[in-house]
Amino acid sequence: MSQDLTKNTKVSSQSSKIRTEEMILNMGPQHPSTHGVLRLELGLEGEIVTKVIPHIGYLHRCFEKHCEAMTYPQVVPYTDRMDYLASMGNEFGYAVAMEKLLGIEVPQRVEYIRVIMAELQRIASHLVALGTYGADIGAFTPFLFCFIDREKILHLFEITCGARLLYNYIWVGGLSHDIHPDFVRKTREFIKEFRPNLKEINDLLTHNRIFIDRTANVGVLPIETAINFGVSGPNLRGSGMKWDIRRDDPYSVYSKLDFDIPVGKGTYGTTGDSWDRYFVRVLEMEESCKIIEQALDQLPEGDVTSAIPKRIKPNVGHVYGRVENPRGELGYFIVSDGSTSPYRVKVRPPSFVTLQIMDEICKGYMVADVVTILGSLDIVLGEIDR
Amino acid sequence: MMYDFFVDLFGSSTLAGIISGLIQAFLPLFTFILPFALFAVWLERKVSAHMQDRLGPMRVGWHGWKQTIADILKLIQKEDIVAKDNDKLLFNIAPVLTFAGSYAAFAAIPFSGYFIGTELDLGVFYIVAVTGLVVAGILMAGWASNNKYSLLGSMRSVAQIVSYEIPTMLVLLSLVMISGTMSLHTLSEMQTGYIWNWFILGGPGFTLSKFLLIPLMFTGFLIIYISTLAEVNRTPFDIPEAESELVSGYHTEYSGMKFAMFFLAEYANMFAVSAIVAAVFFGGYQSPFGYLGNLVGAEWLIPVEQFFWFTAKGLFFVFVQMWLRWTLPRLRVDQLMTTSWKYLIPIAFVNLILIGLITLL
Repeated sequence: MSQDLTKNTKVSSQSSKIRTEEMILNMGPQHPSTHGVLRLELGLEGEIVTKVIPHIGYLHRCFEKHCEAMTYPQVVPYTDRMDYLASMGNEFGYAVAMEKLLGIEVPQRVEYIRVIMAELQRIASHLVALGTYGADIGAFTPFLFCFIDREKILHLFEITCGARLLYNYIWVGGLSHDIHPDFVRKTREFIKEFRPNLKEINDLLTHNRIFIDRTANVGVLPIETAINFGVSGPNLRGSGMKWDIRRDDPYSVYSKLDFDIPVGKGTYGTTGDSWDRYFVRVLEMEESCKIIEQALDQLPEGDVTSAIPKRIKPNVGHVYGRVENPRGELGYFIVSDGSTSPYRVKVRPPSFVTLQIMDEICKGYMVADVVTILGSLDIVLGEIDR
Repeated sequence: MMYDFFVDLFGSSTLAGIISGLIQAFLPLFTFILPFALFAVWLERKVSAHMQDRLGPMRVGWHGWKQTIADILKLIQKEDIVAKDNDKLLFNIAPVLTFAGSYAAFAAIPFSGYFIGTELDLGVFYIVAVTGLVVAGILMAGWASNNKYSLLGSMRSVAQIVSYEIPTMLVLLSLVMISGTMSLHTLSEMQTGYIWNWFILGGPGFTLSKFLLIPLMFTGFLIIYISTLAEVNRTPFDIPEAESELVSGYHTEYSGMKFAMFFLAEYANMFAVSAIVAAVFFGGYQSPFGYLGNLVGAEWLIPVEQFFWFTAKGLFFVFVQMWLRWTLPRLRVDQLMTTSWKYLIPIAFVNLILIGLITLL
């Protein structure tokens, strides 16, 4: 429909012989809905978007170069600062890669706690995605509803490691310390409270007619395009591809846990539209609850710090470790020259890859849709710029 | 009365005329619009807070009731910024014009049978026409700001207000057809008595046409309520100031008192349109159950009661506007136009024709 609009505008502007010119609109870096300091250069024909050029780098902190000057354990707190909405996932990815490089077997209790933390973090991250998406579309109330639940998760993290956002909790070979005695009970309580709240958010936003009108058939990402660009995570699954590293390249104890991979089905429009990407996240939160419940049931006793190496000095070599972060495949490529510091750390951030498709899927839609599409991709600039 | 008093005081009828005119003009501003806007802003914050499991302003006064007063005082003290590339003249006129548009509408609103600014025979027509000034103000603001976001916002706003004036006018026209008057005062007077005399329930009298009118009146009410939402730029039609797309639309570049004027105009407008809906469909200032004043034999109580009922009805619709704002997402520009031109206007036309046929009965 929107594609037709573009054609019509062009035809009418030619037939009336009025000289029109493309307007360049800078969206950001100070803009309420660019989700951080992102600048989008929009070419506009009236309100129709003709091109989108993302300009990034406003949050660049030299993470990769900085890693080369630090020892391996010192890198962990810096990984927190990449995808600051999913810090546990970042640490998890680094730990998985490093343990692969070192060949360490970590205790089962550590693995279960890591999975619980990563899934709680996934719920927290998706809650922010949902809430801000609602706010992008103009519904502000779901935003606060989401943040109330996220606050409970942050409280769980706080009783675990004292920090609310940047944890430094998952270390290479173990955890910084064991969970709080109340943690299991409080987590179960949270999940019990969270399920009805999720339903409320669904009633308020997901199946709202205006919300559907705004998101369905907007920003359709065909599955081929998604694969060609290397999109991963909920954005890829929203296009209908059943690809999840937790299932397809299992790490930690995910192979012992039973969960579904939700995919977009085009319920209200085309498969791969913004609504599908949004709804995949809603369903994933439900799956994460299932994973956490199973992991809490199976949680073994044990020491969480026993496998932490005193001094990390891997052999010469390289490794690629990847995990399923809330935003997609987070990969660490670590090259070791045999010293105590990494020779090179290369991160494959899911948001960076996702941002590249903006120009591809925004053309022909309106300015308001750019906000919708960007929100549905759920990017975090801390991770893109690093 | 006031005029005579000033003639006695100054001994000059010209001066007395000017002064009493000025006082009459400012009276509604200070007795109603300003207190209402302050109250409405506070209410908006409280309503949104309680809908979102928050408390809202709590620090200044009881439940924060003095918060908006403090905010306004702050806005008055702020530096008045006019950027270098703004069109100074238009930039300065725009907020005044916008405010004047919504302020002038209050002249014809019947707060009670005894308290009307000006009893115009063309009240309905006048209000719709004079609020059109707001459009000019918004367009000026967007253009003079020399900011792409402001321009987009004001263009959207103008398109929106112009399109939604049509269904509003069509519904009001059907009311005019039934009642045979354009005066809001007369319209309210016709709905006197009890709740079943209100136009939403078919108007006064018990005839066959009354019952035929009821469904049409409900349709008309829905149409006019939706379109007034769009006219005052409230969610789901708050596209001109969609903060997630256009930062804050046409008033992005404004600060201090000029911003406050836009703000005041918005809230004054909210009440103005709610008042029109209340006046034409919900009995205006008429009580739904008869008057206490008649019951106890105190004539003077009636205008007070009428003022109470009118304000209560107006505030109820203002509350519904807030309720919608904190519940619904926002439509897109093309969807907004579709809603008006493809649905509301045809339905309003059919409604108008059916009502016309019933009136002929």
